[in-house]
Amino acid sequence: MKHLISPLDLSLDELSKLLDLASDMYQNPKKYADVCHGKKLATLFYEPSTRTRLSFEAAMLNLGGSVLGFSSADSSSAAKGESVADTIRVISSYADICAMRHPKEGAPYVAATHATIPVINAGDGGHNHPTQTLTDLLTIKQLKGRLDNLTIGFCGDLKFGRTVHSLIEAMVRYPGSRFVLISPKELKVPTYLREEVLDAHQVPYKEVNVLEEIMPELDCLYMTRVQRERFFNEEDYIRLKDSFILDAAKMQYANKDMLVLHPLPRVNEIATEVDNDPRAVYFKQAEFGVYVRMALIMTLLELTVA
Amino acid sequence: MLNIGGLTEGVVIDHIVAGGAMKIYEYLNLDKLDCSVAIIKNAKSKKMGKKDIIKIDGPIRVDLDMLGVLDPNLTLDIIKDGKIIEKRNPQLPELVTGIIRCKNPRCITSIEQELVHKFRLTNKEKGMYRCIYCEQAYKR
Repeated sequence: MKHLISPLDLSLDELSKLLDLASDMYQNPKKYADVCHGKKLATLFYEPSTRTRLSFEAAMLNLGGSVLGFSSADSSSAAKGESVADTIRVISSYADICAMRHPKEGAPYVAATHATIPVINAGDGGHNHPTQTLTDLLTIKQLKGRLDNLTIGFCGDLKFGRTVHSLIEAMVRYPGSRFVLISPKELKVPTYLREEVLDAHQVPYKEVNVLEEIMPELDCLYMTRVQRERFFNEEDYIRLKDSFILDAAKMQYANKDMLVLHPLPRVNEIATEVDNDPRAVYFKQAEFGVYVRMALIMTLLELTVA
Repeated sequence: MLNIGGLTEGVVIDHIVAGGAMKIYEYLNLDKLDCSVAIIKNAKSKKMGKKDIIKIDGPIRVDLDMLGVLDPNLTLDIIKDGKIIEKRNPQLPELVTGIIRCKNPRCITSIEQELVHKFRLTNKEKGMYRCIYCEQAYKR
């Protein structure tokens, strides 16, 4: 049995098959409407995350399956002090597959080592969020037609933004990837990412702190939110959160086929005036998130359609 | 230089980062040994400026390679019949279980006390270990 704990758990071949399946689901949703009939997904959310949880639930419902679970630690046995290992042992007898969101890093890994059902990491602290990475990859593949030879700009909080780290780690596996890292100096990508991922794979990248100048170079621009909870004090947060805002004026510098992605939720880093620009695909991206989760559930459950 | 002339069987743990000897002393439970143990702190070193050394005058039955987890640059001089029969750096183990603890306050091990702290060697040259749960690098 296989779990998805890190975005790199899937080989390029497995990833390619998964994205092809998600793409087919997007084109022909009816074909898959009953594939999970009689199967149950447990959503074990130890911290609130409406979007990710609903995306998983929508995915399972689209496949004809059922959903059970909890959406905060307060309403789970964790409030009584039960360990992740014990919880997953019990849940394994209630459901066929589970998606776990936990504020502590490594919790889904612990669950996977004790589970008898597939475990999907739905986000563990600032560590991994593999289904977001799969969502990003599907969006790029669907809308650009490829995952190789792309220049991707990452803007905003590149220090704490786990979606950025995971997508970079996923993209360095494709030939011709190039990155432009746009952030204030306080929020640059961590050293380990620079040394162990970018330099180790000899991937060209540059770090800049002005958005406009590099816009014409980009195939995709991945915007991120400066998250309040990642800061230790309010002053730093307020000083930095408005640093890099994408608006219609800056979009004028972009290529006509550049994509703007964002893991959502957005605060103010993308002005709402950009929403109607056809290059702004972040709501489409959220939609693709459901299809990639459908493909993942079906793959991990080893189900097929006739 | 440390005089090891009187040693018939034992180990000299040399080139320990200055100030690191006590951590190794505690890990090896050297206080439990009957034989003589010498700790030299801040010895002069051409290579390191300052270093610590531990000399154990007797047999010791632990996996000395595990010391590489605490200090990858130390050297082990194995002595038998009054001679150095082996002089080497520790071979870093691929997996380290229950020796070092993850210091990441966001790691699941910070709230689940029964979890065994485990680390995987991720960079042999730098002697870098990462927690298998949260993947944070272990800082010595």
